Amino acid sequence: MKHVKELLGGNLRQYGMVLALILLIAFFQWQTGGKVLTPTNAQNILNGNSYVLVMAIGMLFVIITGQIDLAPGSVAAVVGICMAMALRGGETWYLIIGIPVGLVVGVACGVVIGRKLLKRGMGRIPSVVVGVVAGVVIGAAVAVLFSFLIHTFGIPWWGGVLIGLGVGGVIGAWQGAWLAFVGVPGFITTLAGQMLFRGLDQFIGKAESISVPEEIQFIGGGYLPEWGPNTGLNNSTVLLGILAAVVLVVMQVRRRARLAKTGSVMPPLWPLIVRLVVMVAVLGYLTFLFGSGRVNTSFPVTGCILVVIVLVYNFISNRTPLGRSVYAVGGNRAAAQLTGINTKKVYFLSMFNMSLLAAVAAIMFIGRSHSTGPSDGVGWELDAIAAVFIGGAAVSGGVGTVMGAIIGGLVMAVLNNGLQLMNVGSDMTQIIKGLVLLVAVAFDLYSKAQGKPSIIGSLMRGLHPRREMAGAPRAEELRPDLSARTAQRARDDAAGSASGATFVSTQVVDGPSASPDVAAGQDPPTSSGDDPDASTTER
Amino acid sequence: MSEPMVASESVGCRPTNGSADAGPILQMLHITKQFPGVKALDDVTMTVQRGVIHAICGENGAGKSTLMKVLSGVWAHGTYEGDIIFDGQEMAFHSIRESEEVGIVIIHQELALIPELSVTENIFLGNEVTNHGVIDWEEARRRALDLMARVGLDIDPDTAIKNLGVGQQQLIEIAKALSKNVRLLILDEPTSALNEDDSANLLDILRGLRAKGLTCIMISHKLNEISAIADSITVIRDGKTVESIDVAREGADENRIIRAMVGRPMDSRFPDHQPHIGETFFEVKNWTVEHPQIPGRLVCKHSDFFVRKGEIVGFAGVMGAGRTELARSIFGRTYGIWRDGQIYLNGEPVTIPNVSSAINHGIAYVPEDRKMLGLNLLDTIADTIVSAGIKRISPRGVIDLHAERAAAEEYRKEMRIKAGNIEVVVSTLSGGNQQKVVLAKWMFTQPVLAILDEPTRGIDVGAKYEIYTLIANLADEGKGVIMISSELPELLGVCDRIYTVFEGRITGCVKASEATQESLMRQMTDTATTAPVA
Repeated sequence: MKHVKELLGGNLRQYGMVLALILLIAFFQWQTGGKVLTPTNAQNILNGNSYVLVMAIGMLFVIITGQIDLAPGSVAAVVGICMAMALRGGETWYLIIGIPVGLVVGVACGVVIGRKLLKRGMGRIPSVVVGVVAGVVIGAAVAVLFSFLIHTFGIPWWGGVLIGLGVGGVIGAWQGAWLAFVGVPGFITTLAGQMLFRGLDQFIGKAESISVPEEIQFIGGGYLPEWGPNTGLNNSTVLLGILAAVVLVVMQVRRRARLAKTGSVMPPLWPLIVRLVVMVAVLGYLTFLFGSGRVNTSFPVTGCILVVIVLVYNFISNRTPLGRSVYAVGGNRAAAQLTGINTKKVYFLSMFNMSLLAAVAAIMFIGRSHSTGPSDGVGWELDAIAAVFIGGAAVSGGVGTVMGAIIGGLVMAVLNNGLQLMNVGSDMTQIIKGLVLLVAVAFDLYSKAQGKPSIIGSLMRGLHPRREMAGAPRAEELRPDLSARTAQRARDDAAGSASGATFVSTQVVDGPSASPDVAAGQDPPTSSGDDPDASTTER
Repeated sequence: MSEPMVASESVGCRPTNGSADAGPILQMLHITKQFPGVKALDDVTMTVQRGVIHAICGENGAGKSTLMKVLSGVWAHGTYEGDIIFDGQEMAFHSIRESEEVGIVIIHQELALIPELSVTENIFLGNEVTNHGVIDWEEARRRALDLMARVGLDIDPDTAIKNLGVGQQQLIEIAKALSKNVRLLILDEPTSALNEDDSANLLDILRGLRAKGLTCIMISHKLNEISAIADSITVIRDGKTVESIDVAREGADENRIIRAMVGRPMDSRFPDHQPHIGETFFEVKNWTVEHPQIPGRLVCKHSDFFVRKGEIVGFAGVMGAGRTELARSIFGRTYGIWRDGQIYLNGEPVTIPNVSSAINHGIAYVPEDRKMLGLNLLDTIADTIVSAGIKRISPRGVIDLHAERAAAEEYRKEMRIKAGNIEVVVSTLSGGNQQKVVLAKWMFTQPVLAILDEPTRGIDVGAKYEIYTLIANLADEGKGVIMISSELPELLGVCDRIYTVFEGRITGCVKASEATQESLMRQMTDTATTAPVA
């Protein structure tokens, strides 16, 4: 157990999820006679699911704050239709775009200028007047300029993308404002949004199907270029694979070097090496898998976009104060407020971000299907929510990771794909997916009741002592009753074996928790891993 | 024997068995209740005579509430030692329902009424007036009117509870108890949320019920009320009965009660600390705050106070006196609606409209309820410690994980947080260690003024000593410390100067060296000695 822990770098939870995914892939690979892990199928899985995964990332942050967003599917539909219609162009489109852009720019400039003047010491009234005048002038100028440019040259594809993102952003601000500043619960705000924006989509699109230009199609279903000598593989994919491997190795080595510099206790070297070898091997396999497909196919563009977004949001969630504050608000809102976190801002941004990512997802999806349609986005939010919860987020907020949401989404994707390859009908597929979600969240709730962080984490972690029941006296909080805890553990063990899950060791977390005051005597990060019982209960 | 109907009829109680009419209605004999590591009750014996108002006094945490929980069956028979003899018969309650069946009803400090429901619905909640399983609203309303008349209320029984004042709600609670054929009514701090008129009215109602033969047990902090109404008094301290006073025979001497409540010997439960007090750097003038929900009710009334460098300033008061409200309204206006007053920091007037501004001004607030307000129980020790001062380790907006580890590790060692490592989740720590983590979180913000709200609540003696030492160290670094506590010995042992607070007003300021528990207790309970405030 100790070796395993060192090898995996302590963060067992995420590996647990990966393990579940790998088992699932292996199962389908075996059942379909190897149809899952073919280049074409792998590319299809990514192309067909990246947009859901992108939305799952947005949904993750909303769910971590303890809210939910039911609207992103409808938002995606509105974004899609706006972008497609703008790109198709038409008689009055130069005005439809030019005027709002002028309006937004004008208002923004006016506010900024007015505030600056006020700060510089100009009186209230003159600065407002100057601000308004400046705003009107600038806004009008921008509107005319934009309308003229669009009228003359048309809208380039990237202009369409910007319009799509802009529409997503505006809708996100709308939803966020209702939640954060008016205080309407996210469930209600976004339920309303789901209807509102679905209606808006139909109103704007008139149930038309509008095709989009090739560049957008490239975003949603394109492949990286073929170049250089014939290696039998797609060279772009190979390059990406090598790049990823190098970055990975450099980062791990640098982290270790940094650790050495700060004089921390150094973990042994061998786990790092084993870990790197395994990761590079996996990268190599993926490179081969995606690069060895039909000519002119590669690791898909959607995959590239997804990887970039995952990296960015993973960074935000782990390494920025903003990311921390999202977890803090979801974990304990009152405490977060007393810690100096602007909870309204966090709620606003999480909603804003969700709609923005829904816009990205819409662009990817429409690119893949080459045109918009009236049923774009129907039910997407549910797929995203399912992915987040399967990925270990807690219903009550405060828990969840980007990688978890991605893996949760991939579990759903592989399930879909595998069942399809097995010629299971969509009826059964729905039933199975529903059951998977239900069991996953039920397990999460069960774990929560035990005070454990989340679902698959429970496969790998020990058990926390049960949280205090309401009304119990403080004295009991100090030292959890031993007999109660033993009984609890017995119950857990029974439940564990009954459901077939293996609780690796009840000791892992029990070490420090059992008697915190006593545990201090032994001082060791390794105390948990050293437990002799661990190896016997582990399988 | 024939049923003695007279007394019971008049209060609407069920007929008594008549077996032990002469003896005491309740005897609690040698009650011992043990929580892991703590003896909450230690051989408590108490006798309540028939038809009296019996007061129970004691400091917060003395064991009053635990005793009442034993009596009402919250702590089931078998989880404590000792006997409960009610009306001459030995009782073994396993739940509140069982104790209510024999006529013991407890009214908790936090009222258990449902705001959206009507008076009638609340009175008969869980005990509905039914006719063949269908609620008979006419009959219920009639009975509700009858019950309300007994507690001196004349209101429409269809009024929603939320439209009543706290005083009326308290009376509804009593009416509800009467509907359950109560024979022994337990009131836990019944007047703590009431103003003086309502309190006086409530006491009158209790006197009336007593005249009709109802027995009451009343837990109260307010000694003037106790001496005004109680027939007998039991004083509990540290889980033990220390005084049993028969008022008719011995009289209710407030000084005697106070001495009994606080009279433990002061030993070296506090670290030696030589204060080095500098100049005044933090001052609050005319601070006035309105209750967030109840318009017009002031929770802080024109409060003036100051803190000097290196000084530990205590705030004494009973629960609900307005100390936490004062502290939180100063800490970025996180409580109530600010109405008036000014904060001066180093002589300069400052405005502190939110928490991050408070942090930037060097003010830290360690809340009283660490689980609800102090911690995100999902976080690790490291996450928690850096959470309030996260900007300090985030140059260019990116968290430096190594700096985080280093800081957390430093505080873990310095504060002797007992945990395997800094990645331990805080929910698994003991209360004392959780409190140290919260303290560390605020020390990491480098405050100049630390406001500690009940910093030692619910933690054991050893951990308390360590917290006191940390507080003394803070003062030695030249920081100002405000310590809010309901434990007077702690305030006297740790603080340099103590303000007393009563009903939102600061009623006094004394040097700790010149104060006694008795003098403090008087200032924080007795309205008569304080000057009226315009």
